[in-house]
Amino acid sequence: MAKPPLPIETLIDRYGPHLNYVPPGGWRDESRHPAEKLVKTHCCFCGQQCGIQLKVRGNQVIGFEPWEEFPFNQGMLCPKGVKRYLQANHPDRLLDPLLRTENGFRVATWDEALNFTARRLREIQERHGKDAVAIFGGASLTTEKSYLLGKFARVALGTRHIDYNGRLCMVSAGTAYKLAFGVDRSPIPWSDIPKAQVLLIAGSNVAECSPITTDYVWRCRDNGGKLIVIDPRMTPITRNADLYLPVRPGMDVVLLMSLLHVILRDGLEDREFIAKYTSGFEPIADSVKQYDPKRAAELTGVPPDSIEKAAHWFGEADRAIALHARGIEHQSKGVENCSAIINLCLATGNIGREGAGCSMITGQGNGQGGREHGQKCDQLPGQRQIDDPDARAHVAKVWGISPEEIPQAGLTAQEIMNAIHAGEIKALLSMCFNPLVSLPNADFTREALEKLEFFGVVDFFLSETAHHADVVLAGSLQEEDEGVAANVEGRVIHIQKAVDPPGNARVDWEIYCDLARRLGKEKFFPYKSSRDIFGELREASRGGHADYYGITYEKIDRQMGVFWPCPSLDHPGTPRLFEDLKSLHRDGKFRFLPTPYRESGDPVSEEFPVYLTTGRVVSQYLSGTQTRRIGALVDQYPEPRVEIHPRLAEQHGIKDGDWVSITSRRAEIILRAMVVRTIRPDTVFIPYHWAGRKSANKLTHRTLDPRSKIPEFKVSACRISKAEKPPE
Amino acid sequence: MGEQMFGYEFYVDPSRCIGCQSCVNACAECETHRGTPMIHVDFLDRANSISTVPFVCMHCDDPTCAKVCPADAIKQTEDGVVQSSLKPRCIACSNCVLACPFGIPKMMTELEQMMKCDMCYDRTSEGKRPMCATVCPSQALAYVPREQIERTRRDKPTNVFLFGKQRVTTKVFMMLPPERDALSVDVVDYMWEAKHESAS
Repeated sequence: MAKPPLPIETLIDRYGPHLNYVPPGGWRDESRHPAEKLVKTHCCFCGQQCGIQLKVRGNQVIGFEPWEEFPFNQGMLCPKGVKRYLQANHPDRLLDPLLRTENGFRVATWDEALNFTARRLREIQERHGKDAVAIFGGASLTTEKSYLLGKFARVALGTRHIDYNGRLCMVSAGTAYKLAFGVDRSPIPWSDIPKAQVLLIAGSNVAECSPITTDYVWRCRDNGGKLIVIDPRMTPITRNADLYLPVRPGMDVVLLMSLLHVILRDGLEDREFIAKYTSGFEPIADSVKQYDPKRAAELTGVPPDSIEKAAHWFGEADRAIALHARGIEHQSKGVENCSAIINLCLATGNIGREGAGCSMITGQGNGQGGREHGQKCDQLPGQRQIDDPDARAHVAKVWGISPEEIPQAGLTAQEIMNAIHAGEIKALLSMCFNPLVSLPNADFTREALEKLEFFGVVDFFLSETAHHADVVLAGSLQEEDEGVAANVEGRVIHIQKAVDPPGNARVDWEIYCDLARRLGKEKFFPYKSSRDIFGELREASRGGHADYYGITYEKIDRQMGVFWPCPSLDHPGTPRLFEDLKSLHRDGKFRFLPTPYRESGDPVSEEFPVYLTTGRVVSQYLSGTQTRRIGALVDQYPEPRVEIHPRLAEQHGIKDGDWVSITSRRAEIILRAMVVRTIRPDTVFIPYHWAGRKSANKLTHRTLDPRSKIPEFKVSACRISKAEKPPE
Repeated sequence: MGEQMFGYEFYVDPSRCIGCQSCVNACAECETHRGTPMIHVDFLDRANSISTVPFVCMHCDDPTCAKVCPADAIKQTEDGVVQSSLKPRCIACSNCVLACPFGIPKMMTELEQMMKCDMCYDRTSEGKRPMCATVCPSQALAYVPREQIERTRRDKPTNVFLFGKQRVTTKVFMMLPPERDALSVDVVDYMWEAKHESAS
């Protein structure tokens, strides 16, 4: 039913993406009409959550000024941060709710749009049961909104199906860290990175996806540290790598196990640490015996000498840090890959000390905070497990309901889309998520969206996914509301409101409170401000692992961020975890975890002999809903190109700039070639920020890690050939 | 940050550059030439390497651009910052563009004026660091006290450049491996490179 009401081209003409190049009034306007105020806040994009000052005049964001006092980034910003202000005052901005009609979308009043939404949700739940409705959230939302969304799903709708786009980001790491440490947070503050003697970076394009971390890495090297990079591609961070390990896609776990093999073979482990503070070591030691460097080299494509050297550097260092990101996490064995990193750190006693440890590099703006307080299908606020009776009792009390009323865990993001495709879930209400671009197998996602009986979207721009909506509720940009987020380190920061939403657009949390009222649940959503929501969230998180009880907006401003857990108002926060060398498990032990190798869900074959891996470029962010509308960022990297090694290109007669057909088991797309020696010859790379025929996710597959349920974006199989002409 | 940036110097370390173009985008936000960046970032050889290098004006002590200017339109401030051409004097001949050993000046044909990096004079005079060096996420561009660079960096700053027989000294420093005192760029290097390319 929910096919786009007009041809996509017509929708794009009307709703964009159009390119915004200049601030309001033009480049020269600020010299005539200077800013009235500078608002100290944070970038709206990635998990670094850089401090930035927005210049504001007349309820418009007109520019920015670096915020040098904020300790994490000290004024540094990537190009997305520099140009972020151009998302405000954008011609594509949705200023009113929209209702779908026979011939497009029409502007509606809020009453019309909200009444319609509430009526459809109620009808579908009455006919097909509570769980026929699902909620999608996103990790760019403030923690208040994430919390509210979790409560809305469980209390206002009573559905168990709520999940978020962090399912495509942080869940493999989160699962592994919870299993090993009992808690899902970076164990280290970023100030530890320059103090490490050896820094291992696995599957992270730091320079493009978390650019500010680059300076931390370079400072580590300037202090004499050695940098080891594991990646099938030479990303910019490899330019100063002391050792580069060009792993074959999907073979990371074998490489990491081989490093542990060498460490144990040569007696470089920390036996006292293992005996006193860990459990489960013996089976892990046995499991790595099979991967001597020679065998591992055959499987991973990394020379045995490099494996030996990396293992010795890591094992011999007093202080080593291992950082990892989506490269190893976006796999059907994403949890095992992260566990293998943790095993390395535990075996060498690298945890709970300055300059030692491991960390995931959280990708999305509030990737950390957004996963702690309830929009993840299996968690309640405070990073509590939804199946834990004590957790249910605590949260139910805060919410004023009985524990039995809280639904049990629902499906994860991709599983929700699968259930929509199967006709089991009939309605979807989505905010801050553009699954048509960001989920794997885009054609499948499109088919699923077309089957929805009701699809409501809350967003500030009309994303490609929202083309399929029945109703679009015009929400707010990050700078239009107050709240908190937690950055990559677990530092809770304060997002300041700089301007009011323009036109008839509304602050997101108000939209949900109004919907709750129409669903007859008004008394559970009495908030008058973000601050009210935060107050309740503090109580709901109290006593959980992610304890925010001692955090206030004022304390964040005073301390330039507060690291959770922060259990009381006089508690300063916890920058480094595990300083007492105890995990948060009941027995206090750090757990070694098994990391068996499994084949990719989309293996290379005779027919599809080339590995396809996907990722990001520095000038675009995620599905591009915001950054594909900012002129300078689009000019910097206008459209996706497929990176091919000259040896592979030559086999197919492909030259730099040629059109290339890339075909997977699901689809074909045609892109221009970028012939470069900085990628493995058996692998091609495509950045995924684009929609439609340029979408890398038309090619990727829906295989999930069995525990984290993250899709395997980083390993697909494809074949390539020279295309005679550009795509239609 | 104090009122005056006393003791602060500008350091360029190409080996830190990640090619993100944050500097270029931030430069375009500078009030005196808002909308037009005065910096560029280039890949050295993208087919073979991810290495990039940022180009800001090095602010030569005895600027070649000023020496070749037939209209005497390019001036230095007292503290050695080489400025864009003076609009009333500039004849838009592009001599400076062609002669600069670092390839910095840009001829803005629509303005009939040469414009270039002035090390954010409007910002540094107010006690703010230049825009590019403030935002640079890799600190390949850094505006910090000399003492800080010596304490925190593995490489060593130089401001002596040898272009064949021309010896150029600059206000801006370039970071070089500790064993090198000056950066030498000689025609011979390019002859070898050309030979190398044709052979491969």
